Amino acid sequence: MSTVTVAGASARMRSGFFKHVRPGAWLAGAMVLAFLLLFLVLPVGQVFVAAFVDSDGSPTTGHFSAFFDQSLMRESFFNSLYVATLSTVFAALIAVPLAYFTVRFQFRGALLIQTLGVLPLIMPPFVGAAAMQLIFGRSGSVNLLLEQYFGVSLPIMEGLNGVIFVESIHYFPFILMNLTVALRNIDGAMEEAALNLGCTGWRLFWRVIFPLAMPGFIAGASLVFVKVFDDLGTPLVLGQTNMLAPQAYLRITQVGLEDPMGYVIAVIMIVFSITAMVMSARVLVGKDYSTIQKGGASIARRELTPWGAIAAYGWIFVVLLVVLSPHIGVLLLSFAQVWSFAPLPDAYTLAHYETVFQDAGGMMKNTLLYCGLAAGLDVILGVTIAYLVLRTKLPAGKWLDWAATASLAVPGIVLAIGYLRFFKGVTVPGTDTLLTSTWVVIMLAYAVRRLPYALRSCVAALQQVHESLEEAAESLGATKMRTIRRVVVPLMAGGILAGFVTSFITAAVELSATILLSSSESQAPMSYGIYLYMQSISGRGPGAALGVLPILVVALGTYLSHLVVERASNRNATRVVDEELPPLPAEPSTTQPQAVKI
Amino acid sequence: MKKVTVQCRNIRLSYGSTEVLKNVNLDIEPGEFFALLGPSGSGKSTLLRLIAGFNRHQHGELLIDGKDVSGKAPWERNVGMVFQSYALWPHLSVWDNVAFGLVERRVDKATIKAKVGAALEQVSLSEYAERRPSQLSGGQQQRVALARTIVIEPQVLLLDEPLSNLDKTLRVQMRQELLAMQRRLGLTTLFVTHDQEEAMTTADRMAVLDKGIVQQVGSPVTLYDYPANPFVANFVGTMNLMTGKVRSRSADMLTLDVPDVGELRLPIAGDAPKTDSIQVSFRPHALRLEVADAARDARFVWMPGTVEASELLGESTRYRVRVGKQNLTADHPHQMGLTRFPVGGAVSLGIEPSQVRLFGA
Repeated sequence: MSTVTVAGASARMRSGFFKHVRPGAWLAGAMVLAFLLLFLVLPVGQVFVAAFVDSDGSPTTGHFSAFFDQSLMRESFFNSLYVATLSTVFAALIAVPLAYFTVRFQFRGALLIQTLGVLPLIMPPFVGAAAMQLIFGRSGSVNLLLEQYFGVSLPIMEGLNGVIFVESIHYFPFILMNLTVALRNIDGAMEEAALNLGCTGWRLFWRVIFPLAMPGFIAGASLVFVKVFDDLGTPLVLGQTNMLAPQAYLRITQVGLEDPMGYVIAVIMIVFSITAMVMSARVLVGKDYSTIQKGGASIARRELTPWGAIAAYGWIFVVLLVVLSPHIGVLLLSFAQVWSFAPLPDAYTLAHYETVFQDAGGMMKNTLLYCGLAAGLDVILGVTIAYLVLRTKLPAGKWLDWAATASLAVPGIVLAIGYLRFFKGVTVPGTDTLLTSTWVVIMLAYAVRRLPYALRSCVAALQQVHESLEEAAESLGATKMRTIRRVVVPLMAGGILAGFVTSFITAAVELSATILLSSSESQAPMSYGIYLYMQSISGRGPGAALGVLPILVVALGTYLSHLVVERASNRNATRVVDEELPPLPAEPSTTQPQAVKI
Repeated sequence: MKKVTVQCRNIRLSYGSTEVLKNVNLDIEPGEFFALLGPSGSGKSTLLRLIAGFNRHQHGELLIDGKDVSGKAPWERNVGMVFQSYALWPHLSVWDNVAFGLVERRVDKATIKAKVGAALEQVSLSEYAERRPSQLSGGQQQRVALARTIVIEPQVLLLDEPLSNLDKTLRVQMRQELLAMQRRLGLTTLFVTHDQEEAMTTADRMAVLDKGIVQQVGSPVTLYDYPANPFVANFVGTMNLMTGKVRSRSADMLTLDVPDVGELRLPIAGDAPKTDSIQVSFRPHALRLEVADAARDARFVWMPGTVEASELLGESTRYRVRVGKQNLTADHPHQMGLTRFPVGGAVSLGIEPSQVRLFGA
């Protein structure tokens, strides 16, 4: 390990001595800075300003005392905290055993869990919410059956329970994926050393394995907390408006842009998000525990005993059934002619898909256009920032990275409110059209919101490209730009693609910013369309159909990419029959699995 | 502390159809510092991990202190292992890493304190107790790993390539420290290495493994001077090998026909292998090197050759000399002011017959 740190330090020193900042880097940095200022920092700053000034422009904290004076607002505040906390707990309860099973035991289905575990991410939670009412609601499938056979019913979807339930089964993959990667990166010798000293079973898990995977767990759990805290669609669809995000939305749409209460809520949400992120970052400082070394094996996969296998498969089956119930429900809903007060739909039809293809073609096109542009913008910005931070001595390069990453902590609704206020009255150059009434703001919101994902992908990819590869190209006569084009970007291609796909997918399911920024139906993307459909009972069928289509496409892609990853990690995890690990690599191995940050 | 034996009886282990260990038999004496030496894939680490309990053999017995431990889990064996990567838990301090095994043994707090303190003292890391492993140098990490293992007072100490992650000067120092500690504790110690110098300088005895087979067991001197076969000869130190067809043999003279070199007449003392072909082996320092037209000492068997390359090692110069179509390695003592044989120059190579070892081929 020490070899790594020493080599890292000397590499830093080398770049410090021999790198000076070129004009190109200044220009690129300035452009990125301008983008971040214009579309992230200033709009969000406006929200803060609005929350702290009176109507006459003088500074005040009165809006905040007003906020806490209203019992509705207090209730919303505590409801949001309660829902976010419990959702995180439940998500952890689902994710931790799943992650441990897939990494620890040799059993078929590990790949299935990984793939299915990702599925909930590509369907917006609010889409599943409607279906979950039909399955777990008071007169849903489960409770109908329970009452019929046992005479009891479970209040799973009652009030805030429903929000917690939907959110936790929707967002647990954040923990699952981060934790799995962290577990995979534990050097097998870490476990063997513990076994050698007499630590086994649960103690082994709690004393060695889980602490080593803790960084992955915390990263995942804090994301879940923030996501749930910020989610607008699910509470709206489930009719739980006594939470912060729905309150902000209702204030802005019903009372108007001048109502300070919307801004106060926005500030509170952003403060909580940032606090959660900062706290998790604090905890994680200096805790890079991915100890696996080149040529080393991750923790050994064990054979399950027959009874163990039955128990494991049984339990996983139940968990997956629950986790996939929104998807199954949406699928059924999309084919259902009538489905109410019955465990399953009464009759099936393809009519909803017909409706969708007739009515919503424009929305599909919009989604492709907005998300494609946003994801493209993200990877360009991502590669640029990654390069500036890692390979140049641009002063404040780190700040660009932080600013871009900070957008993770900006709830969609806050960004949308910020745009509406900051660009108020701004027209598209040369026309009378308001900028806020065009789809460009939707696209920009997507790009800013999803930039961190693309950025992390690009940074990870660039870290894998050893600096000497660039130096080799430069010593052979390639200029900086040519080197980046011919060597760096091709080597980063995998990471760039991953970043694009992640940004694209997650932008496609973004609703909270979309709701506020979609000014007309012709400009609305699919996510908004689904939301509109879901508002009415009769629209549920087409809404579900519209939700199913992207799932199919994305599920296939996710499965394929997982096959590739799994194969690669299998290749690395094969225990070398014998002997000598080569000397410690100076740089982390290129083949080691990358943390998934979604 | 009681010193124990480790015995392997007909141990076989295979992964699927790959046989990794083929009928391994070893007797390690109580308190011995025993090295397992072999190239990559020879099965030496597999054997070590088998003794630790991380690999299971399909056939044979593994006796520690005379008792078969084959079916026992790693933690039931009281065998301490130091890993090549050290495997120090990064989330625990040095102190907690060392205390780990004692906590697992439910030892009371006061004893843990005393023992951990003593173990850290042993490896002179007392003032680093509160640090994290990542804040230590490679050599210090190595010592923490060692302290963590010896604090549980294992019966047997297993070291997997313990020095391979250290730089060269540190390696020499650590290997002396390791040996001193082993002597102090009197622990039966097995240690795996692919570095023959490391094995020769530290081990009481060593076993050379190749392809899952124990090629030879013995003290470093035995293995160096009397290798059992060409593999050991070549792996322990450097060895010149020439194969020739027996043309004639008598009680004190062997005449070989070496392809591309010619006739080789070797005076022999004892029995030569009774095979048609014989491999002649001799160390580089058993070769005498003279300019081609110098007077020759009749005690040596001389061959004409051409210098192909030379490298100065310090106390000697190592020459690659072409004889016929074969390359031989010869070490010539170096002294201040001595001119070296020029590359391309003709030389005479003299083999000292008493330093020759013959293998049947």
